[in-house]
Amino acid sequence: MAGRSPWYLAYRRLRRNRVALGFSGLFVAIVVFVGAAPLWANHVAGTGPNATHTTEKVEVDGESREVVNREGRPIGPLWLGAGGKFFLGADGRLGRDEMVRLMYGGRISLFVGFLSTLIAIVLATTLGLLAGYYRGWADTVISRSLDVIWAFPVTLLAIALGLALATGGLQVGPLDLSSNSLWIPILIIAFVYTPYMARPIRGEVLALREKEFVEAAVSQGAGPLRVMFGELLPNLGSTLIVFFTLGVAQNMLLESMLSFLGVGVQAPNTSWGTMIGEGFELISTAPLLTVIPGTMILLTVLAINIVGDGLRDALDPKSKVRIEARTGISESQGTAV
Amino acid sequence: MARFAVRRLAGAAVVMFAISLIVFAIFNVIPSSDPAVSLAGKNATPALIAGITEEWGLDESLPRQYVTMMEKIFGGDLISYEGREDVDERILEGVPATFSLCIGAAAIWMFFGILFGYLSAVRSGGLLDRALTIVAVTGISIPVFWLAAIFLNYLTYKTQLFPSGTYVPFTESPFEWASHLFLPWVTLAITYIGIYSRVLRSNMLDAMKEDYVRTARAKGLSERHVMTRHVLRNSLAPIVTLFGLDFGVLLGGAIVVEGVFNLDGIGLYTFESLINQDLPPVMAVVIFGAFFIVLFNALVDIAYAYLDPRVKLGESAQ
Repeated sequence: MAGRSPWYLAYRRLRRNRVALGFSGLFVAIVVFVGAAPLWANHVAGTGPNATHTTEKVEVDGESREVVNREGRPIGPLWLGAGGKFFLGADGRLGRDEMVRLMYGGRISLFVGFLSTLIAIVLATTLGLLAGYYRGWADTVISRSLDVIWAFPVTLLAIALGLALATGGLQVGPLDLSSNSLWIPILIIAFVYTPYMARPIRGEVLALREKEFVEAAVSQGAGPLRVMFGELLPNLGSTLIVFFTLGVAQNMLLESMLSFLGVGVQAPNTSWGTMIGEGFELISTAPLLTVIPGTMILLTVLAINIVGDGLRDALDPKSKVRIEARTGISESQGTAV
Repeated sequence: MARFAVRRLAGAAVVMFAISLIVFAIFNVIPSSDPAVSLAGKNATPALIAGITEEWGLDESLPRQYVTMMEKIFGGDLISYEGREDVDERILEGVPATFSLCIGAAAIWMFFGILFGYLSAVRSGGLLDRALTIVAVTGISIPVFWLAAIFLNYLTYKTQLFPSGTYVPFTESPFEWASHLFLPWVTLAITYIGIYSRVLRSNMLDAMKEDYVRTARAKGLSERHVMTRHVLRNSLAPIVTLFGLDFGVLLGGAIVVEGVFNLDGIGLYTFESLINQDLPPVMAVVIFGAFFIVLFNALVDIAYAYLDPRVKLGESAQ
């Protein structure tokens, strides 16, 4: 019998998991949906995400209707009644195309979720490797600093940073971000979640560095960098993949909440969270403006959570913690919501 | 025991000091614009900004600024320039509503978390277990503020099944108190019911493999007795620790839930201050909230060490 690599075995296990496969299909569909935003905007709706149509009229089945009526009420979903224009109606007093905004907003939500998780995981891996490999004072300094951020409730820390930077902007060395920069929510989310990832990674490094293969590498003359990045890092691979996936889900939720509160993504950028915030003001007259972007968040986060869970099962079949581990609960440290 | 308590409280004090430094840095050091302009709010006049610079000592050294800021927050003379009101007073007024919200939500989440976790562990692999798994995964994927908005619209505005808004003190009418809080309670609890039932389920499945469970069965105890008295009881300890940690996290959820339901507590005050970009209230809420949670966790740890002496050993072994 031919030898199989662990990655191939994991792939085979994942392939058998119908639920996870189905939801990864859903996730791909969502990515295609938001990816098609320029196509829909240019060829179907004929308008951009921030273009206003307050005083305009739209032709629906031969009848001319106002995009925003005298009371400031936006037009409801026209579906294909106007050839795809205002497919989901207009978004409020400004009369922007809700469908176009939904597609562009999804790009921002996914972008912020992915990038902030990527930054957090790179930081957390570096810190975890340094602390776990060198131990001693390096470990003390890193772990204690992370403990302080950890002790700070995530939401409170994130809203404090969000508010301070949304009013003041950020300038650190060469980095100069204006107060409405998309990088501000990305960096905030990355910063608050780094400790949640670094702690378990450090723990795993502490265990791995006692293994024989590390001793073997050292006896062959490998230096600290070689051991950390050449020997230890590849062995963290499956952990990092799972952390990344579940982290994206969690970070998208945090982004939507910050944006809803007005301290996340700032205009002119739009995310699903800011759309809910704007839609909520009209909830009694136009509930779809709240329902639709929220449903998109729910479906996306659900898909990512289930795929992440499936990846965990496939990569580490012996793992007894499943969905609950996404928040670091397996280390009995509490949730990070 | 006393030594452990003192050490744990001293640790908490150090963390609280570090948190106060972080809050100071967030508001006065990190932003690139003049903090006085941000503090003044949206309708700032040059005279107001000059006044704030003077009052907060913003042209003095950073350590002096830090001391001034803490004196203002803890001395009770922190003013919101946007709303022209005393911040600490407003926060104190909000305590009963926010406390009622958090306690009620926590009770609901613990009750259903334990019930569902127990049921799915006992019927592991069955239909109920699978249904509860779906509920749990959906629960952790829902944006809480969105769920609140949906409940508010369809259960209060459209069908009027539940009253909306204002907080009714328990002493005035316990029934009104509960009926006004019911939807906010459920909204806030839903995420945690999912997570806790999953954690309890996996703890119980582990406990079922233990020798003492086999012994209990061998003694001829009924299955129900074994499950509740032996398996469940031994699986609850980690849930209690988690609860101590998560209770503080409720404060974050309270901001959006109170904001959406218009429930007049600390959360609603924070919500409005965030929307208006009014800094002083947020400063105070963040620092008080974080302090409360750090202290609460220290007390839970001490209580836990009292119940289970092994915790102390774990601490000193680290």
